[in-house]
Amino acid sequence: MKRASFSNRDLVQRLGFSLLTLVALVTVVPILVVIAYVVKEGAPAISWEFLTAMPRDGMRAGGILPAIVGTFYLTLGTAVFSVPLGIAAAIYLSEYARDNWLTRLIRIAIINLAGIPSVVYGLFGLGLFVLFLEFGTSILAASLTLSIMTLPVIISASEEALRAVPQAFRTVSISLGGTRWQTIRKIVLPQALPGILTGVILGLERAAGETAPILFTGAAFFLPRLPGTPLDATMALPYHLFVISTQVPEMPFQIQYGTALVLIAFVLGMNIIATVIRSRARAKRQW
Amino acid sequence: MAQKKLNWQEFFIPRLIKASGYSAILFVALIFFFLLREGLPALTEVKLGDLFAVRWYPIESHFGILPLITGSLIVTLGAMLIAIPFGIGTAVFMSEIAPRWLREILKPLVELLGGLPSVVLGFLGILVLSPYLRVFLDLPTGLTALAGALLLGGIAVPTIVSIAEDALDAVPYSYREGAWAMGATRWQTIWRVTLPAARSGVLTAIMLGVGRTIGETMAVMMVTGNAPVLAIALTSLFHPVRTMTATIAAEMGEVANGSVHYHVLFFIGLVLFLISLVVNVTASSVVFKSKKRAERVLS
Repeated sequence: MKRASFSNRDLVQRLGFSLLTLVALVTVVPILVVIAYVVKEGAPAISWEFLTAMPRDGMRAGGILPAIVGTFYLTLGTAVFSVPLGIAAAIYLSEYARDNWLTRLIRIAIINLAGIPSVVYGLFGLGLFVLFLEFGTSILAASLTLSIMTLPVIISASEEALRAVPQAFRTVSISLGGTRWQTIRKIVLPQALPGILTGVILGLERAAGETAPILFTGAAFFLPRLPGTPLDATMALPYHLFVISTQVPEMPFQIQYGTALVLIAFVLGMNIIATVIRSRARAKRQW
Repeated sequence: MAQKKLNWQEFFIPRLIKASGYSAILFVALIFFFLLREGLPALTEVKLGDLFAVRWYPIESHFGILPLITGSLIVTLGAMLIAIPFGIGTAVFMSEIAPRWLREILKPLVELLGGLPSVVLGFLGILVLSPYLRVFLDLPTGLTALAGALLLGGIAVPTIVSIAEDALDAVPYSYREGAWAMGATRWQTIWRVTLPAARSGVLTAIMLGVGRTIGETMAVMMVTGNAPVLAIALTSLFHPVRTMTATIAAEMGEVANGSVHYHVLFFIGLVLFLISLVVNVTASSVVFKSKKRAERVLS
């Protein structure tokens, strides 16, 4: 009797483990299938012309250069605002902030920023940057909107990297007569740099792939030339993919898949760089 | 001279850093303020009864947002029916069952899914998923709440997996050892010891997954068919619906600034903001509380 119940338990465990393995497979395999499918369908579209020419025939032919350049500008613009601000905020939380209600309020604010729907960021950007500050639909307004959206990712990752630096490093620097800022700049920041960099890239990756926040703040349906100043509107890869898959009739599939592939390559390329930096730093770290 | 420069730095930089630290509060306040400023006029321009009515047809000044709210709810419900079992199951598999090498492969893959732009998933939803659903379920169109729920389930999974896995990891190893020592199988340990011990973290994972799903815009706008009809029965999953987020994204570009329609769209944004505020504050208070409990136990 006892024996039977034991083997029963083993059977339940075996079935349970198989079920969970299946669940994990069903979760993970489609990710690979999706990426492989886009690569397979999109690869034939990729050519030098596709990457470096302007769109022609109502975007049904030619290249997607303005969308690539636009996404590059937006990512760069987002970095300009969000990276210094995000790292500074992380330094404050990790090195200066005391554990009081104000710090808790900052943390709740950061968690909330991370949870606000991207389209609500779009509304906010429209209200503040486009209309109130009169930047118009522009790279500037879109970058600022994306920056605020990206901020919580950069702050959380950077703070984690800063906190991982052993306290002893700070103590030694201070005891040698270094000031607090010197300690941070010369000791803590360099040690935390790979972790910060990883967080920054992951944050910018998210900004590069977003569509909703730029819909009404800076994205243009079609532009005959590249944007010249930060106050120009711009085409962007995610918005372009949205446009050519829903708004343009008789769009050749190949161009759609090609655009999707370039966008995925752009975003996943950043993801891979971040992963490499992280694992290299882990391998090199001596503490 | 060098000394002077140092003093200058020591004076300004910490203040700059402090200001940056406070900026997060400023931004949340600014977002709230601008949503109120542009959204509240909707309450004076449209009667409350008309705002919470069942007809959304802005061209004829029907601004009933109930169909949009139910649209968001049904898509989120469907997405959670998929994402919770698969997300938690995958997290348990990764944390408790998979060997280390497999875990090192699975983790970046799930992160990869989190990094895929939702517009790409929406695009594949239009070209691949919805035609398949149409044929397979014999529907007039595949662009339905179900298509949205399937995509959003996929989008919510990485959030749920990573937070739930962290929570499971945080359960002290000795808990498991204790259970094994008393003769429990690994399977029994997972269900009766590890998961219950990690429940606040798992709950947080689910709540943040819900938050992520309700706020998703592009994928859902592209595949749900965008029909603002009331969705109160479960069969609504097989019909086109329209969510709050999709409505803002689809219509904001075409309205005149300052019009009633414009204010109502901002009002919907305000509702979304408040939903995410409630979800996130609740989720984070669960984390704070459980952290305190963990600190008490460990000290």
